[in-house]
Amino acid sequence: MTAQIDQILRKHPEARRDSLIPILQEVQDAQGYLSREAVVKVGEFLSLPASKVYGVATFYNQFRFQPVGRYHIQLCRGTACHVKGSADVLDAVCRLLNITPGQTARDGLFSLEVVACIGACGLAPVININGEFFAGVTRDSVAEIVDSYRRKADPDGQDH
Amino acid sequence: MITIEVNGKRVEAEKGEMLLAALRRAGIHVPTLCNLSNLMPSGACRLCVVEVEGQRNLVPSCAFPVAEGMKVQTHSRRAVRARKTIIELLLADHPDDCLYCVRNRNCQLQSLAEELGVRERRYSGARHDYKVDTSSPSIVRDPAKCILCGRCVRMCEEVQGVSAIDFVGRGSSTRVGTAFEQGLNVSSCINCGQCIMVCPTGALREQSYIKEVLDAINDPERIAVVQHAPAVSVTLAEELGLRGGTDICGQMTAALRALGFQRVFDTAFTADLTIMEEGSELAHRVATGGVLPMFTSCSPGWIKFVETFYPECLPNLSTCKSPQQMMGAIIKSYFAQREGVDPSKIFVASIMPCTAKKFEAGRPEHGHDGLSDVDAVLTTRELARMIRMRGIDIQSLVPQGADTPFGERSTAGKLFGASGGVMEAAIRTAHFLLTGREMTNLKVQEVRGLDGVKEARVRIGDLELGVAVVSGLGNARRLLEEIRAGRSDLHFIEVMTCPGGCVGGGGQPIGADLEAVAGRMKALYLIDRDEPVRVSHRNEQVQRLYREFLGKPLSDKAHHLLHTHYVKREVIA
Ligand code: SF4
Ligand code: SF4
Ligand code: SF4
Ligand code: FES
Repeated sequence: MTAQIDQILRKHPEARRDSLIPILQEVQDAQGYLSREAVVKVGEFLSLPASKVYGVATFYNQFRFQPVGRYHIQLCRGTACHVKGSADVLDAVCRLLNITPGQTARDGLFSLEVVACIGACGLAPVININGEFFAGVTRDSVAEIVDSYRRKADPDGQDH
Repeated sequence: MITIEVNGKRVEAEKGEMLLAALRRAGIHVPTLCNLSNLMPSGACRLCVVEVEGQRNLVPSCAFPVAEGMKVQTHSRRAVRARKTIIELLLADHPDDCLYCVRNRNCQLQSLAEELGVRERRYSGARHDYKVDTSSPSIVRDPAKCILCGRCVRMCEEVQGVSAIDFVGRGSSTRVGTAFEQGLNVSSCINCGQCIMVCPTGALREQSYIKEVLDAINDPERIAVVQHAPAVSVTLAEELGLRGGTDICGQMTAALRALGFQRVFDTAFTADLTIMEEGSELAHRVATGGVLPMFTSCSPGWIKFVETFYPECLPNLSTCKSPQQMMGAIIKSYFAQREGVDPSKIFVASIMPCTAKKFEAGRPEHGHDGLSDVDAVLTTRELARMIRMRGIDIQSLVPQGADTPFGERSTAGKLFGASGGVMEAAIRTAHFLLTGREMTNLKVQEVRGLDGVKEARVRIGDLELGVAVVSGLGNARRLLEEIRAGRSDLHFIEVMTCPGGCVGGGGQPIGADLEAVAGRMKALYLIDRDEPVRVSHRNEQVQRLYREFLGKPLSDKAHHLLHTHYVKREVIA
């Protein structure tokens, strides 16, 4: 982890404060999220306090501060999906998993990300789990989808 | 000088200054929220908007430079309405909490709503369910009352150089928080409380220990004693609504007795003791080639700052405890012995100008045999609250003196309350210790005043010392960077966390401007001018303490009770 961050920073010898976002993006691409260590290290590198790096990063929806779960749910909040009720779906997912967008459930099984427009407006409202698309989801269907992944992770249902 | 026209009248302005500055000088009141004097305007709140002829939109006067011939309307219908709307929007998601709020009647949001005639709730926004952060021993943050003016963030970053907090998130979920939104106690916050001093609302307040103190006073099993810091007696009057810059030490002492404390001690006594120890430590370091420059150690925010950001400088810090902690230590040893009481029965409260002292009192290094040196710390504001709660009319009280054996003080000890005071006191005593003579003129003008950085070369006998006095940790950071870069002409550096020193501390009356802080300072210098005992080494009770108990400065016993050590801090910074 540390070495990977160092490696990314080495690629930016001339970096100034306006390189913050691109560097954070690279770190997230490499590690899947921004760890505390990453935030502190990038901050030190650019002479920025950790609170500032964190503050700037939280301004953008794209950054997450927890590693993604085994199943990463992307929920589209584009216009078409919104019109077809994605807010309701989002509320349902948050309740089901007891997390908010950007977070990862305690057991590490699911994480949730809200994306602007996936470009699948014909399927609205749409979610994407580890690359697999689900069209026309509703409050009820999303619960079933989540359940099917739970079963996948734990076929014998011993934990239930 | 240029001339502008405001509300039909001619007003002089300085070229290049912001309109707000010219308005203020002309006595025209335009409300502000995000603006902080001495810092660059951020133009964020737009409360200061005015109409300028030729400008289509209202302009924020705090961030709009003056120009020759400019015509301004500060209170046109449009401007006043815009301001009112801003306040109404701020109130839309604000808790209706005034009755229970620590800032009730001293809240800018409240007074702006009143001033602009807000009488009904026109907007109502979704409330966030933010949690109150009570994790810090010094500061409580209640984000629900935050109006996102950004003053705390800028104070913490631009004045204190700490940056423990910043804006987090965006849009309607923007809030102020630490990195990873952890509790302040595990952040890089150094507990100075300067954020409280600039917060217009009750979103930031001190962690209060009034209850603990009242419990101790009312517990027949315990002996409640109190000490008060040098800067408190010259600011308490302000907090009680009396004239600023007046010293009411005698009446405050009487009030503390009326509140039920069994002994009232003056922390300036242990300030004198600190000078004996710290002066000897400096002389020792100079003579033996020890680590220099030596930094003062009485300001606990500064200590945590070094521990967090400059751990390589820990050996530069004097090992002396602060006067507050020295007082606690000798109360629970010498005083307990003298009175024949069990130290565990003694409850030591202190009245401090400072929120970081609350943190300091809880440091595990500061205690002996499982007992803390100091049990609870109240700020000047909390003392005023207790005085009001008990219905004490301080003006009607007959002044009283502090108790023996820790009631006597020199004026040098009293000077600890102002930036430069520790230095001045130390120079006076160092001169005597090294040459055997008193200085002919005790006043050290170069280290007085409100400047954030003051430097001097001081001659003591054959020795020439380079000294610096710094207040505000942003200034300290700059000096430390110079030292890191190789600067080596300094021997002794006084650092106070808060701008101006303890008179401007984070526990002091809120809403004071620079002039008020200067007035508090002046009150301390008047005491120094007018009293006979002006050097710490002439404090007879301190000398007696050495004779009867401690031996001499830096003795084993002194080390055990009066000195401490520091730790490198691992926080997300
Ligand atoms: S912060 Fe001000 S307006 Fe808000 S509850 Fe407290 S006193 Fe009232
Ligand atoms: S107490 Fe001081 S260091 Fe802590 S957040 Fe407030 S201003 Fe910053
Ligand atoms: S906590 Fe106070 S000073 Fe800080 S942004 Fe909120 S209202 Fe302003
Ligand atoms: S005070 Fe001018 S914009 Fe806030």
